[in-house]
This record gives sequence, C-alpha cells and structure tokens, in this order.
Amino acid sequence: MKEMSIQKEIIDDFKVLDGDLEMTLNYLMELGEKLDVFNEKDKKEENIVKGCQSKVWLTYKKSEDKLFFSGDSNTAITKGLLSLLIRIFSGKSCKEILDTKLFFIGDIGLNRFIGTQRSNGLESMENKFRIIALSNK
Amino acid sequence: MNSFPINSIRKDFPILKSKINNHDLVYFDNAATTQKPQSVIDSISNYYEKYNSNIHRGVHSLAEKATNEFEKTRTKIKKFINAKSNTEIVFTRGTTEGINLISSSLGKYKFSEGDEIIISEMEHHSNIVPWQMIAKEKNLKLNMINVTDEGKIDLNDFKNIISSKTKLVSLVHISNTLGTVNPIKEIVEICNTNNIISVIDGAQASAHSVIDVQNINCDFYVLSAHKMYGPTGVGVVYGKEKLLEEMPPYMGGGEMIKEVKFSGTSYNDLPYKFEAGTPNIGDVIGFKEAINYIENLGKDQIIQYEDKLRDYAQKELNSIDGFRIIGNSENKIGIFSFTIENFHYYDLGLLLDAKGIAVRTGHHCTQPLMDKYNLDGTARVSLALYNTEEEVDFFVDSVKNLLNR
Repeated sequence: MKEMSIQKEIIDDFKVLDGDLEMTLNYLMELGEKLDVFNEKDKKEENIVKGCQSKVWLTYKKSEDKLFFSGDSNTAITKGLLSLLIRIFSGKSCKEILDTKLFFIGDIGLNRFIGTQRSNGLESMENKFRIIALSNK
Repeated sequence: MNSFPINSIRKDFPILKSKINNHDLVYFDNAATTQKPQSVIDSISNYYEKYNSNIHRGVHSLAEKATNEFEKTRTKIKKFINAKSNTEIVFTRGTTEGINLISSSLGKYKFSEGDEIIISEMEHHSNIVPWQMIAKEKNLKLNMINVTDEGKIDLNDFKNIISSKTKLVSLVHISNTLGTVNPIKEIVEICNTNNIISVIDGAQASAHSVIDVQNINCDFYVLSAHKMYGPTGVGVVYGKEKLLEEMPPYMGGGEMIKEVKFSGTSYNDLPYKFEAGTPNIGDVIGFKEAINYIENLGKDQIIQYEDKLRDYAQKELNSIDGFRIIGNSENKIGIFSFTIENFHYYDLGLLLDAKGIAVRTGHHCTQPLMDKYNLDGTARVSLALYNTEEEVDFFVDSVKNLLNR
C-alpha cells in the first residue's frame, strides 16, 4: 500500500496547480532540479532509456533487498517526470516495484505523457524500472 | 498595392479563434501542415452533403457532378503550376506517395546496375528513403550533394558528383528545416544539359512561391495540398507527358485500366493510368477551393506579406539571448529552425504549448541534415499568410520570459 500513498501524495501536490499546464510544467521542472546530482560516468549506453526523444539515464543501487534509483535527463520536463518515478519506485523491493501499478499520471493532468506515440516515453521510463526490478529478482 | 487584408484573412480560418491552454492559438507549425479556410471546409462538406458519388464511370447526375468538380481541380492545378496539359497532373495522397510513384515506376525500366541518383543533404526523409529503396533493389549508387554551413546547396559539389552514370536528380525546392529556397532552375538546367531526369519536391514551396513548371523545365514536380491550405490526403505529381507516357503504372486496379482480360490488361490513358482505385474525391474537390483562396488573395501579395513577416521575425528572433538559427541562406522563406543555448527544444516546445503557441520540435524528418549540423533536433517556427507581427512579438516575449524564469 505504500506506493499507493506516494502516488496519492503526488496527486495532492499537483492539485493546487488546478490543471494549469504552464504551472504543472514549471513544477515538474522544479522537481527535476531537486534530483540528486547524477554521476556523469554513469551516462553510458547501458543506462540509457530506449524510446525517449529526450535522453534519459537510470541507474540503481541495491541495499539488502531494496533498490535505490538515480537518474538524469537532458530535458528539464522529462527529468521532472523521472523524479516522480524515482520517488515512487526507490526504496522498494523488486516484488513491490513489479506489483506497483501507476495511476497518478492521469490524475495530475498529464495524460499527454501517456501513449505509445508520445515522444517523451514515460512508458519507456516505467519499463526500465521494471526491467531492473526483474533482473534483480 | 492595397494593404494585405490580414484581419479578414484571419477570420477565414476558423481554427485561429481557438483557445489553447487558455491562450489564443498562435499557430507556427505551418511547414508541418497549414490550417484550412472555411471555404475549403465547406466545399468538402458540400460534396458529401449534396453530390457524393464515385467518379468517371457513372452515368447518373451525381456521378457527373462529382466527376466535373473533381476534374475542375485538375484544370485548376494545371494552371496554378503552369503545366501544358491536364494529362500531366496526377493525383496522389501527397508528396511522399508522389516520390514513391516516380521512383517505383522509373525503377521498373529506367535504371540499371551501377547507375547513379543524386539527392542532397537537406532532403526530407520522403525524398531519401524511396531512392534508397530503389537503389538497394537495383544496385544503384545514391549520392548526396553537400549543404554549406549557412544551409545552401553546394553547387560546385553538385557539378562534381555528376557523372556519365547519373540518371536522376531529386531535390527539394524549399527546405522544410532550413527554409532555404534552392536554385532549382539552375540545377534543372544542368540536369537537362546532361540528360538527367529531374524531380523537384515542392511540398514547402507550393504555398510560398510561384511555381511555373514550364519555366523551371523539370521533369517532375511534386506537392501536397495540405501544405497549401487544402486538405490532407491529396497531392499532385506533375510529370512531363512524354515521360509519364512511357512509364509503367505504379499500382494496378480500377480506373487505371482500359480493358481487362485474363490474357492481359491494357492501361488507361494519362493521367488515369496512375490513379488506380477510387481517389480521395471530396478532398481533391476541397483542394480546388484552397487554390482559389490563394489566387483570390494573389500569390504576389501573399509572398510580399510573408517576406515582410519573415524579415520582421528574423530580426526579433535574433534579439533572444543564445538564439541560433539553423539555415541562414539569403534566399529563404519564413521557416526558422533554431536552438537556444542551455534550453532543450523539447522543453521549449511543451512550455510554448502551455502559452498556446504551436511549434514543431525534433529532427523534422531530416536526420542527415541534423547529423551534418551535429544536432539531434531543433525547434522550428514556420510562418504562413495568416500569421502576424503581433504573434511573432508574443512568441519572442514568451521565449524571453521562459529564459528568465
């Protein structure tokens, strides 16, 4: 249930923006800026998220049975989206990650980021988390 | 000259009244597709409401009316690009299909192993991939003309890569990414002197410059209706009659036949030989109104207005810090691909959309050109006859505000 509450927190955080696209994008960029600095050395091919128009890198550390992610993007808005996924998935076990269903995105007025035709590849990012979880199971 | 009636023009395009994300729409994505005036929209509805019918083989009144209106577009486009005859005007789904028609049909008889085809670095993927396909199939060599740093065709390079094996040159008239107007008359002249077939991709040029295919003297000129205020799904291949006559059909089916027997089929006359199947009748009819719209305003007046707007935009855009325009030919139309230092085009596109401004971002289907400039993409502003200086101002102010955030 923990990931449900994180997603609900995110939905609450965005509520105050009242669906205003400009404020939502600005907020996303602020969230991205708050991500921990990503190690430049980790910007290598195997950490790239395939299918994104923007470049996205994702790495992780395993501590006991939990995964802790860090990531970066060359675009500010995608980095913001990535920060949300990191917030949801980080600190969870592989099983918890695989069991997590994402529902927050539609609720914060960002439906435009969903779907196979979207160039930002939110799905590709989500899949990368799940692939990492699967490979560590 | 009377002043350009921009206010009434804007009223002719219903979509321009739209609010996008609570802002007035500023539509700067005209190189991707233009908006449609009410007269085009009405003519399409009118066709479906009043005389929808299949064309050419019906004897009843609706079929006759639909056929007449359909063929009137052919006559209209023939005059619009100054072709010699209606038989030289083939309807397609668009420029992409047009180039595929030419490459595929010529490929069936015109090229042999080792022959060479020339395109340029600034081509749209639609004018690269069909030639790559035929080159692979027939073992041809595909050569690319260099583009200079300012975004112009390198004519010396072109002259150097022509050889006795060069069979065809296919070039864009106006680049969708750079806005460069290429010296196609000069290029075609070189082709004609060397007995090389010339194909001109006129997708961007048809709405923004005067097209006279007899003056250009090219073998083929290809365009799309939707980039000239007409509907999507309609395009034209202009081809010199002699070539079209000797070319085999691109597709087989209804309309393109004269007589079908199991022992063999004889093909219809031009241009129907290349128009297999029921065409996009309603949209072809709508296309006629788009040309009417351009002609009523006057192409010269449109060009004069667009040139002034281009100059204004160029000056204002350059006042943005870190702004770099890709494509600085002295002969260009109002297409500005650009990068802004430390500001990714993808973020910019989304943030501008939040202000109601539509620009395109990415590689604009010209990846070889992006590679040449060492870019993975740009943002692009592309202007049309209904855009205004006020919109340019709003765009520039919006970008400056974003940079100061």
